[in-house]
Amino acid sequence: MYIIVAGGGKVGYYLTKALLSEGHEVLVIERDAKKCDNINEELGSVAVRGDACEATTLVEVGTGRAEMVIAVTGDDEDNLVVCQVAKHMFHVPRTIARINNPKNEIVFKKLGIDVTVSSTNLILEHIEQEVPTHPLTHLLTLRGDGLEVVDVRITPDSTVVGKPLREIALPADSVLALVINRERGVQIPTGDTVFRVGDQVVAVTKEEAEAALRAALTGG
Amino acid sequence: MPRGYSYEVEMKVVIMGCGRVGARLAAMLDAEGHKVSIMDVDPYSFRRLPPEFNGTALVGNGIDMDVLRKAGIEEADVFVSVTQGDNRNVMSAQIAKYIFNVPKVVCRIYDPVREELYHTLGLETISPTKVGAHLLREAIGV
Repeated sequence: MYIIVAGGGKVGYYLTKALLSEGHEVLVIERDAKKCDNINEELGSVAVRGDACEATTLVEVGTGRAEMVIAVTGDDEDNLVVCQVAKHMFHVPRTIARINNPKNEIVFKKLGIDVTVSSTNLILEHIEQEVPTHPLTHLLTLRGDGLEVVDVRITPDSTVVGKPLREIALPADSVLALVINRERGVQIPTGDTVFRVGDQVVAVTKEEAEAALRAALTGG
Repeated sequence: MPRGYSYEVEMKVVIMGCGRVGARLAAMLDAEGHKVSIMDVDPYSFRRLPPEFNGTALVGNGIDMDVLRKAGIEEADVFVSVTQGDNRNVMSAQIAKYIFNVPKVVCRIYDPVREELYHTLGLETISPTKVGAHLLREAIGV
């Protein structure tokens, strides 16, 4: 597959390296001459110096036959414009943009970028998972439906400890998928499942119901 | 309404970018009696506003929805983006038009190619490069 990567910073460099090793034809567009030279030296002649928002640059690198354009610069506005120009001027079938400000995710979706990757959000999610004080962790957002998969820890001060599931009022759009306990292993919860301290509950919930779900399971 | 003013309806205008053009436009609209708020990432740029300017000057990045809200974009009748960066202008204009549904959005794009693209995509755009070259050609005459 011919893939164009806009931005030859750290993300662009390692992304290109990975895509090349998977056998793709990859071309990096980078404004900075020094970064270009580095990439060309280390990964072979795959970098072109130029502004990926300029139509002339994109013509030069044969964007018309590219199957994918991935914009990974550190500036959201540049990533947006690269993807829009590629899509509307060169009819590139698939555009992917890196987002730095998580709030821009809705903007990009609304403006027709196929896929967005929010680097800030990804790091945040990992931090939440690593920091045990967070009773609720996001595991995955299901695209398009406003649904997410979350992980809730049952803490000693939780009001559900010792109670069976049927006695607990869950918010309307939340379903508990799994209860994981160190001794009992992984269970699909039923009405009789009793919660213990340390249980890890994997649930599917609507974004809006997230706070209510946390309150229902932790009493906080 | 005081006499001598050229407006009939007071508009709420949000301007992003307080360069020469942004500041001049802000001063013009303000003098006409419109409600102007102008944003720039660099507070030093507000020196370009005249001392009698009555509007609001706000430090912040116009591609951030929270900053735009603070500048009053939700009630704005007009949004104008005139920063030095074409892409910033394009992005904030699209946010104003498609997310905040501002009725009148005008966007400056230096690059004529990008200007034509975003014009066909439905933005109201002005390319000073195109306009400037054209005016100069006319001034040369023959």
